[in-house]
Parts: sequence; structure tokens; C-alpha cells
Amino acid sequence: MVLMKMKFPFEKRVKLAQGLWLLSWMATLAGAFTFTLGCFLKTELRRRAEVMDNTEIHAVPNTLMIVGLASLGINYFAGRMCQDALDAGRFPRWKTFMQPYWGVSLLFTLLMLMAVIMSYAMKGNLESSLKIGLKNGIRFYKDTDTPGRCFQKQTIDRLQMEFRCCGNTDFKDWFEVQWISNRYLDFSSKEVKDRVKSNVDGRYLFDGVPFSCCNPSSPRPCIQDRLTNNSAHYSYEHQTEELNIYIRGCREALVNYYMGLMNTIGAGVLSVFLLQSSVLVSLRYLQTTMEALAGQENTEIETEGYLLEKGVKETIMEYVTPVLVFLQLNQVGSEDTEA
Amino acid sequence: MVLLKLQFPLQRRVRLAQGLWLLSWLAVLAGAFTFSLGVYLKTELLRRAEVMDNTEIHVVPNILMLVGLVTMGINLFAGRVCQDSLDSARFPPWKPFLLPWYGLAWMVCVWLLSAVVLSYALQGHLEESLKVGLRNGIRFYRDTDVPGRCFQKETIDRLQMELRCCGNTNYRDWFEVQWISNRYLDFTSKEVKDRVRSNVDGRYLMDGVPFSCCNPGSPRPCLQNHLTDNTAHYNYEHQSEELNLYNRGCRQALVDYYMGLMNTIGPGILSVISLQISVLVSLRYLHTSLEGVDPENPEADSEGYILAKGVKETLMDVKTTVFKLLQFGQVEAGDEAEAGADGEKAAS
Repeated sequence: MVLMKMKFPFEKRVKLAQGLWLLSWMATLAGAFTFTLGCFLKTELRRRAEVMDNTEIHAVPNTLMIVGLASLGINYFAGRMCQDALDAGRFPRWKTFMQPYWGVSLLFTLLMLMAVIMSYAMKGNLESSLKIGLKNGIRFYKDTDTPGRCFQKQTIDRLQMEFRCCGNTDFKDWFEVQWISNRYLDFSSKEVKDRVKSNVDGRYLFDGVPFSCCNPSSPRPCIQDRLTNNSAHYSYEHQTEELNIYIRGCREALVNYYMGLMNTIGAGVLSVFLLQSSVLVSLRYLQTTMEALAGQENTEIETEGYLLEKGVKETIMEYVTPVLVFLQLNQVGSEDTEA
Repeated sequence: MVLLKLQFPLQRRVRLAQGLWLLSWLAVLAGAFTFSLGVYLKTELLRRAEVMDNTEIHVVPNILMLVGLVTMGINLFAGRVCQDSLDSARFPPWKPFLLPWYGLAWMVCVWLLSAVVLSYALQGHLEESLKVGLRNGIRFYRDTDVPGRCFQKETIDRLQMELRCCGNTNYRDWFEVQWISNRYLDFTSKEVKDRVRSNVDGRYLMDGVPFSCCNPGSPRPCLQNHLTDNTAHYNYEHQSEELNLYNRGCRQALVDYYMGLMNTIGPGILSVISLQISVLVSLRYLHTSLEGVDPENPEADSEGYILAKGVKETLMDVKTTVFKLLQFGQVEAGDEAEAGADGEKAAS
């Protein structure tokens, strides 16, 4: 039982070949476009690599780049094949090439779809990576004299100013770490000694945030310290104050940014996927119609084209059976040796 | 004495026409490029319009936009002319337009050159405009409740953060204005009352700066208040502290930015000028060589030149023509006066 059989008179074959040639060039451009999208996404992820704990999310742009390059090759061959298609003498030489070609192209087309699915599925992964990265960044904010960590302060400051966010989940994360280095604390003053003694680890904790949390849209000059103390500042109520510092946490800001990017890229890659699938379907029809012509004297007769010779199940069984036989053979063989 | 005479056999004429066609299309693209450069420069100037006092500097992008459009027009015309040039039947209708075209092309080159010169000459004006604009911005920083000035604070804050600068000339400009609004000052506190009484105008002045002056590259959390008081902060010496705030003034930062832009645009405009001059010269040669063609022997050699007489003589010719036009008017008026006097004499 043939899958999706269609009749192809000579005229239709010619039109199919011409349409396929055009489609394959468009799909080549689309493959290059996918590659550049992958490069762009990778660059954006690397820019903020310092506040990410792991690089698992890089699987998405890596896949896009590989698929982009592969589709350049796939569509180039599709174009060459359909150039030879209308010449019944030159088409048969592609015969041995077709089986591996179908395997490779189906694999990479599926990989394209996988990349889009991954970009949504890995959101949780990205979020936990950012959570740990930002936590470390805030912890090491004060270590501007430690080699390897001396740029954390500048990184976090510029991140907060650029993305208009404060802290990990929100600004209260700054209250839980000592973000002023001991070098700049006067340990002979009573205030410092009180604060340091007030907690187990001997850290200088206070309800203040760095300047990079300040919101320029606030009508009032920025209040950075004693944020929870209403009497410390004139006409100030911290429960109702919204514009003074950024309310959003940097984790949420970064996740939103990257999800926005991936949504846009996902839409583009989906359309490339549709284009690529149409190229493959057209090429399959062309191949089967030309194969039906083999050995015929009159190359202008009508032929039939199909997607699969047998049904889907039977084709899958056809491919899976040799593999099963191979495995079973192995099993039987080991039983024999045991005996 | 002809200026820069050249011989033009038929092949050379044909090549000249083809080369001119290509050049004229390149010049159309160059005109579009000039227009887009003008638009870009104007957009960049408009972005910071709130800290500029006047719009005199806008004359540079305005000239570039106008001249870009005119360049596109005249080079499209030159392309049409040279398409018709090798057909001796279709060329003559274009002839009367060519003299005004030369004048217009010259004017285009002169205007482009003046735009480049102005972009350097107006630097002082730009600096003055920014000085006044920034001074006002800093003065009205606190007026976030006054309509029309409520966005000055955000503008100045974002400017200082983006351009990494502080104040007008430097950060001390903030010490001379009250940048905290009275709404947020507790006038019952002793400190506020002391400060307000300490100066003639009753302003709350302090040696502190807004948060947007802070430099993220500093190893130390930002110190914004009591900047000149070494004892107010632990391990702090304001004379040797360089990284805490931005050292550059915003006027300097903005002038550097715009001069950098105009320095990049300048060479582009100069190349557009040279392209236009080459189109002008080629069209002149084509015009004169086609005029020298013998109508009975269209494939013979002809001569092309830039000016029929020398430069001085051509200028004298132009002067004489202009004077004639003026004198013609004068002579007519004189004749009428004479005729009137004669008539009166006759009457009397």
C-alpha cells in the first residue's frame, strides 16, 4: 500500500523540477540564515557568561549552527539532483547516493525541530544556571582585590544598570551578603563593631544596596542605605516606595531577555524547517517519478510518484528487522557459547 | 587658447559615454549615501537636544540632506543625457539644459565642501550650546515636579551613565547647585538649617554628587557624599582618588563624541565631492566633443575641451555679459529720460 501516490505527466515533472530548483536555493539561504541565528544567540549567551554557572544552554545555538551548515550541504545536493533530474540519462548515477542522503537529511531536519523544542524546554535549566551565577556574583562583589574575582563588581554593576534590575530575586538579596570589603570598613568605630557582632559569621550586613540598583526615573535623589528604616529619611515610606530602586530581580530580567530572543529565533527556525521539509518532499516525489522512467524508451510518458513504497509501519519494520536480527543473533550466539 | 584640449576619436567618445553612465549611477548612490549620513547625524543631534541650548549645529546635517537629494537629481539627469549622447538625433534637445546643469553641479560641490568646513568651524558653537544646556540641566535636576522640567533628572542621569561623565566641566559643578529638592529636605533638622543659612541665596549646597556619577570600575563601593572630607570615610583621600567618580565632564564627552562623528563623516563627503567633480568634467568633455562632430561625417575625430577660451577670458566674457544685461536696463532708462527731456524741450 503506497503512501500518498500522485500521477506525474511530463509537464508536471518539468514544473516539479523547476520549482524544486528554486526551493533548494531558497532553502540554502535559509540554512545560512539559521547558522547566523545560531552565531548571534551564542554571542549573546557568551556576553553574560560570567553570571551563568554552566553552559548547558549553549546546546541550543550549537545545534542551530550545526543544522545550518548541514542544510547548506543538503540543499546544495538537492539542487544538483534536480538539475540532472530531467535528463533520464544523467539521473541514474545519483541512485546509490540517495539512501544515505535520505538518512542524513531526515536526521538534520529532525534536529532542527529539536533545537526549537530545546529552546523552550531548557528555560528551567537557564534559570537555575543564572540563579547560581548571580548568587556567586553578589557574594564576590566585594572581592575586587582577589585575582579571578576582581571584575565581579564591575560585571554586576553594569548588568544591573543595563538590564534595570537589582539583586538575584529582588533587592533584598543585597541585605544578606557583605558587599562592602573589610578594607573599607573602620573596625574601630562602634557601628561597625555592633553590626559585625550581631551575626554568627561576623559579616557586616546592613539594609543597603549598591548604586547600580538606583532607578534614574525616580523623582527623588537615590536612597541606597537604611532602606527599611522609614525614619532615616525625610518623607520616606519603604513599603510604598516603588521608583527609588529597581524592583525587578536580575534573574528574571535575564530569563525574560533570553526567552524573548529564543522566541523570535524559534519562529524563524520553524519557517526554515517547513521550507526544508517541502524541499525533501518534492525531491522524494521527483526521485520516485524518475525511477519509474528507468528503462523506458519514451521519457515523456506519465509516471506515478509516491512518498513511501509500502506503508509507514511496514517501512519502519523493514529497517528495524535487520537490527533486531543482528541483536538476536548476538543473543543466540552467546547462549551457544554458554552451552 | 583652449583649456585642457583632448582628442576624441569615435571609440573614445563611446567609451567616455559608457564610463560616464557608470560614474553617474555611482554618483546617484553617493548622493543617497550623503542624504543618509545627514539623516544619521541629525538623529544623533536630536537625541541629545535636551542638553543643547540652540540648534545652530543642525545646519551641517541639514545641508548634507538637501545636497544629497540635489546630487541624486543631477546625476540621474547626467545619466539620461549620456544615454542619449551617442545618438545624434536625441542629443540636441538636451543642449540648452547643460549650461545651468554645470552651474548646479558646481554649487553642489561648493555646498558639500562648506558642510565639511562648517562641521569643524562650528565646534566652538556646539561647545557653547552644550555649556548652557548642561548648566540648565544641572540647575533644574531637582525640579521633578515642575511641568516641562520633570524629565531633566532622568535625562541628566542617563546621559552621565551612558557617556561616563559627571557634571558640566567636572564633578564640582554639582557642589554649586542645590540638586536635592526642598520636598525631600527636613527643614527641622539642624544640619539642613545650617547649610541653608550658610549661603546668600538660601540654597542647600553640599559636597555630594548624584548616583549617576559613580564609576562601576571603582574597586570600592561608590562614595557620593562628603567628597572633600577625608575624615568622613575610612581610608579615603579625595586628592588621590581617581576611580570613585567619572573624572570627565559631560561637555567634553559630548563634544568628543560629536567631533568623532563628524571626523568620520568628513572623508566620506570629500570622496563624494571628488566623484561629482569627475562626473562634471566627463560630461563637459562629452558635450564639447559631440559639438565638435562634423554632421556629415559623424564617425570622425573631434576635439573636447573644458573651456573654449582660457579661464581669465571666460571670466571676462561672463562679466561682460552680466554688465550688458545691467547696462541694457540702464541704457533703456537713460533713453526714456532723454526722450522725456526732448519731449519737454519740444513742448517748451
